[in-house]
Amino acid sequence: MKKELRLTVNGEAHELYVEPKSLLMDVLRDQLGLTGAKRSCDTNTCGACTVILNGMAVHSCSILALQANGGEVLTVEGLAKKTELHPLQKAFLDYGSVQCGFCTPGMLMSAKALLDKNPTPTKQQMKEAIDGNLCRCTGYNSIIRAITAVVNGEYKEEK
Amino acid sequence: MIRDFEYFAPKTLEEALSLLDKYRETCKVIAGGQSLLKLMRAGLITPQYLIDIKGMSELDYIKSEGKNGLKIGALTTHRAIEESPMIQNGFSTLVEMERILAFIQIRNWGTIGGNLCHADPAQDPAPVLMALNAKLRASSLKGERTIAIEDFFTDYLKTALEPNELLTEIQVPAVPPHTGTAYTKLNIIENDLAIVGVAVSITLSSSTDLCQDVRIALGASAPTPIRAKRAEGVLRGKKITDDLLTEAGEKASAEAEPLSDINASAEYRRQLVKILVKRMGKEALTRAKQA
Repeated sequence: MKKELRLTVNGEAHELYVEPKSLLMDVLRDQLGLTGAKRSCDTNTCGACTVILNGMAVHSCSILALQANGGEVLTVEGLAKKTELHPLQKAFLDYGSVQCGFCTPGMLMSAKALLDKNPTPTKQQMKEAIDGNLCRCTGYNSIIRAITAVVNGEYKEEK
Repeated sequence: MIRDFEYFAPKTLEEALSLLDKYRETCKVIAGGQSLLKLMRAGLITPQYLIDIKGMSELDYIKSEGKNGLKIGALTTHRAIEESPMIQNGFSTLVEMERILAFIQIRNWGTIGGNLCHADPAQDPAPVLMALNAKLRASSLKGERTIAIEDFFTDYLKTALEPNELLTEIQVPAVPPHTGTAYTKLNIIENDLAIVGVAVSITLSSSTDLCQDVRIALGASAPTPIRAKRAEGVLRGKKITDDLLTEAGEKASAEAEPLSDINASAEYRRQLVKILVKRMGKEALTRAKQA
């Protein structure tokens, strides 16, 4: 039997009805049409489904949607402000941090969760933050360079 | 594909215990679900009823009880333990263990109680909590009981909890003076499950350098996390030397009952136990001397 789920996603409040077995990822992708978070390993390993739930990076493939009831979710679709990309998105483009792009939404959300809590992380802390996100193309150095550029204030967020 | 189930999200412990009492073997408790959902997705666990306690804030706490040690609510997340100043001061081995337990996304959502109840012998908290001589509190509608952590694990993925019982609290006694504790695991991918994990705690007597007490716990070395009591016997009451640590490693290796799986053969695991017990024994000893 479907259950009611109240969820704020990218600032917008939703009232949904979901199967108890639905994962947070299922609801975001299949019910809300937000396909940024990727369905990939499905085993809590690769990080491509990473979203920010109540300020924390989590694997949306490994949380029941109902466990997020009343919560606030930020997905990669919520990063840009209208047509203005988020500083991290701009930096990822400029520093060649995207090749096939499959890991990118997860990488961005892990990086965002880190910077929200700690705007001046060390390189080691950046590595730890994206440790749970697998990338098989560009490698991690260009991603670390992009995050570093944002930390160094090369990109200012639009107010 | 996860099989359908009926879902409950009790708000209080009492409500959760009533549901457990009603549904017993037909239900399963989910906390963070970081291990459970994998098994449900693989169809290995197909509960008829799922009791979701993740939102039950009354079991999410870390309390310092001074001389009586530390009390950690079962629903405290790994990340909260890792970042707790109370745990950093005096129980730093727990912090070291949490930092290598899994990826940050899993540590953010997974809970210490859920981890213990999953009872995977390759998980990190159990050996460390065994070395720290922790006790677990279980509650049911009938009341409460305390279980020593080494009696909690009964078989692979099995615990001593009755079908109507819920793990509610982890109690870690204050660390005695002149005690050093260390934990490490070997794995191929950083933050992955242990191929073998070893925790050692050594307490030196205050007047001499003799080993007053020692606890050695092994992960991924048997169907459950275990204490290597014969290895402990090698060190207890003695002045610990390199040779004694080698002997303790050999004894622990003989006590282990490792399984062969995709990650390593039983033979390889035995060899690792030998080496890691010696290495962690040395580290714990160094820390005990500094404490």
